[in-house]
Amino acid sequence: MLNWGNFLSQLFNGLVSGALLALISAGLTIIYGTLGVLNLAHGALFMLGGYAGFVAFQATGSFVAALVCGTLFVGLVGIVLERVLIRYFYDRPDEDQILVTFGLGIVLVELVRVAFGSLTQSVPPPAWAAGITPLGFIIYPTYRLVVFGIVAAALGALYLLLYKTRLGLVVRAGIEDATMVDALGINIQRTFMLVFGIGALAAGFAGIVNAPIISITPNVGDDILIECFVVVVIGGVGSFPGAIVGGIIAGEIMSVTSMFDPSYSAVMLFAAMALVLVARPQGLFGTR
Amino acid sequence: MTHHDKKGAGLTRRSALLSGAGLLGAGMFSLPRMSFAADYPPLGNFPDGASGDSVFVGIDVPLTGTYADAGADEQKGIELAIEHLNSGDPLIKAISPKTSTGILGKKVTSGVADEQAKANVAVQNATQFITQNKAMVVIGSVSSATAVALNHLAQDKKVLYLPGISGSNDTTGKDCTRYSFRECHYAYSASAAIVPVLLKELGKDRKAAYLTPDYTYGHTVYDSMTKFSEAGGWKTVTNQLAPLGAPDYSAFLLNIANSGADVLVNIGFGNDAVNSIKQAKQFGLLDKMTLVMPYLSPFLAKQVTPDLMAGVYGTTEFWWTYGEKDPLAQQFVDAFSKKYGYKPEWGAHAGYLQIALWANAVETAGTFYPPEVIKAYENGEHIKNSTLGEVWWRAADHQLVRPVFVVKGKKKADMKSDDDYYDIVEVVPGEGIMQAPDAFGCKLGDAT
Repeated sequence: MLNWGNFLSQLFNGLVSGALLALISAGLTIIYGTLGVLNLAHGALFMLGGYAGFVAFQATGSFVAALVCGTLFVGLVGIVLERVLIRYFYDRPDEDQILVTFGLGIVLVELVRVAFGSLTQSVPPPAWAAGITPLGFIIYPTYRLVVFGIVAAALGALYLLLYKTRLGLVVRAGIEDATMVDALGINIQRTFMLVFGIGALAAGFAGIVNAPIISITPNVGDDILIECFVVVVIGGVGSFPGAIVGGIIAGEIMSVTSMFDPSYSAVMLFAAMALVLVARPQGLFGTR
Repeated sequence: MTHHDKKGAGLTRRSALLSGAGLLGAGMFSLPRMSFAADYPPLGNFPDGASGDSVFVGIDVPLTGTYADAGADEQKGIELAIEHLNSGDPLIKAISPKTSTGILGKKVTSGVADEQAKANVAVQNATQFITQNKAMVVIGSVSSATAVALNHLAQDKKVLYLPGISGSNDTTGKDCTRYSFRECHYAYSASAAIVPVLLKELGKDRKAAYLTPDYTYGHTVYDSMTKFSEAGGWKTVTNQLAPLGAPDYSAFLLNIANSGADVLVNIGFGNDAVNSIKQAKQFGLLDKMTLVMPYLSPFLAKQVTPDLMAGVYGTTEFWWTYGEKDPLAQQFVDAFSKKYGYKPEWGAHAGYLQIALWANAVETAGTFYPPEVIKAYENGEHIKNSTLGEVWWRAADHQLVRPVFVVKGKKKADMKSDDDYYDIVEVVPGEGIMQAPDAFGCKLGDAT
């Protein structure tokens, strides 16, 4: 029954899809870790990235231009949303934050539906990344290999930002103790705005990178959001390394399970989450 | 206004009979139909939903999620039919000859709700239509999971339900109910229609891999397709069950790539079909396997591009070029494209015909009293003229006996217009491609 070639293929596939999940989850987790806001509009920002990229691609015909414009656009949207809406909710109860971001997600999805309709749209992979690459044990779409590369690079950039810059230092300190950071005279408000923007940027970037693989619809972010929650819970809330490890674990679980019985792949993901919650409630890399 | 309104005053059967008898004299001078209605006890939304100047149709379709595009198209077809009823359009009169305007002289109104292709949401919407709007009929579905849920709700509430798109054998099989009538083709009839074409065109010695949505629709299409194709000599090498709305098919496609199959039978529908076909192309599967779509999703060729659909065989409930053969079909295609600016897909057609056939049944019954309407549906009379030619209902399982279209994707270069995606290979008559009415365990239940 077990075919080793297939098993290796699925392991590899899990790594690629897990990396993308890790990137989206990283955005979700740094926003929650720093701002304390569980951003339920994160899936909508991911979707918005896909559409922004689609519009840019229609206008320019260039995938790289689509990637750059779309990412910056969603980052900007994130900053605007933080300034005009989210920041008024930092001191409100959790339920209010959940409601406002949930509502925001619905508004964004429906606005896009009004503008573009429900029919799927797609952005083709760039010509240099179309086709198939033989990897010995497996043939694999070239574009997905490219995705793995650019997602790894994006995660690397996020890592540098969080661990090698002053902003990153403040963010990480903020995750540990926001009051203390404030008391030290650091402008935590500006940091919050940037963090929300960076989180949105990551989601938007992932949305465009994903568009050639999964056709975009206004609802494309819905399922991704759920999977990202699982990733964040497994990895540990607020933990950047946790998001990466959690993303890859989730990708592997879904991919490898599907080899035996595809209908269990989603179930196994939630089972893994439940297991983590029982054994280590703070998540694999969580601290509290 | 009429005796109907006395319901709240605690009518007993005896007093109803007495007052009915008393009104009989008056009734001779008024509309005879109104006085006959006095003989029927309240049931479901009768008489409340039919006592005013209008009757309400609850349109319950997915407008978001995986099946949103097909749902929106279906809604348009239903609304066009309602518009045609209210204006007394010749097309609807051809299908329902007793129709003048509206239904039984009442204007038809409607409301629409988004059921998101989720059974629980569909049931909530329908319940609201039934209790608050006093709907006399609820119509619409794209997912069979919602259709079977509404079948049972309709039976409980004693309000008619008409599925729009529903491909599962269960809808008029084990989950059939007395209050539900399905117009469209389904797993068994689709498979019986397409497999002979596949055996002839692709050969008998083929190895098939299936990509199947993991719910009643996918399961029954898989069952019917394997039954017919294996009998014809095909081997089934793998069945990959994917959840409804799965965005990433790579894991399933890798299993199929390693299965040794040379035919990919893709049962996916809506966005699932779009994503899985595009990804199959990216994995190189479509270069070494022949793609077959046994239950073709609306707008598929438009979304995946004709390049990927050229040469692909599928079945559909309706394809607009059939208008060249059938004048009523052409009238429908013309009216629809004039109003909405594109050629109708099959969800729209199914919705339109369902409303027309409902009007025909109510007009035949002469009342909205549900058991009488059901009797009219079940009377076995053939509907001589429709957008599909002659059709008729099977009383035993409430399935419409109707032709199935086997189509083949066109190359981009061969398309004569923007919407000219398919050639009609064959229009297979309905009688020969249906199972015995009880083969899938249909027990209709009572009308009262």
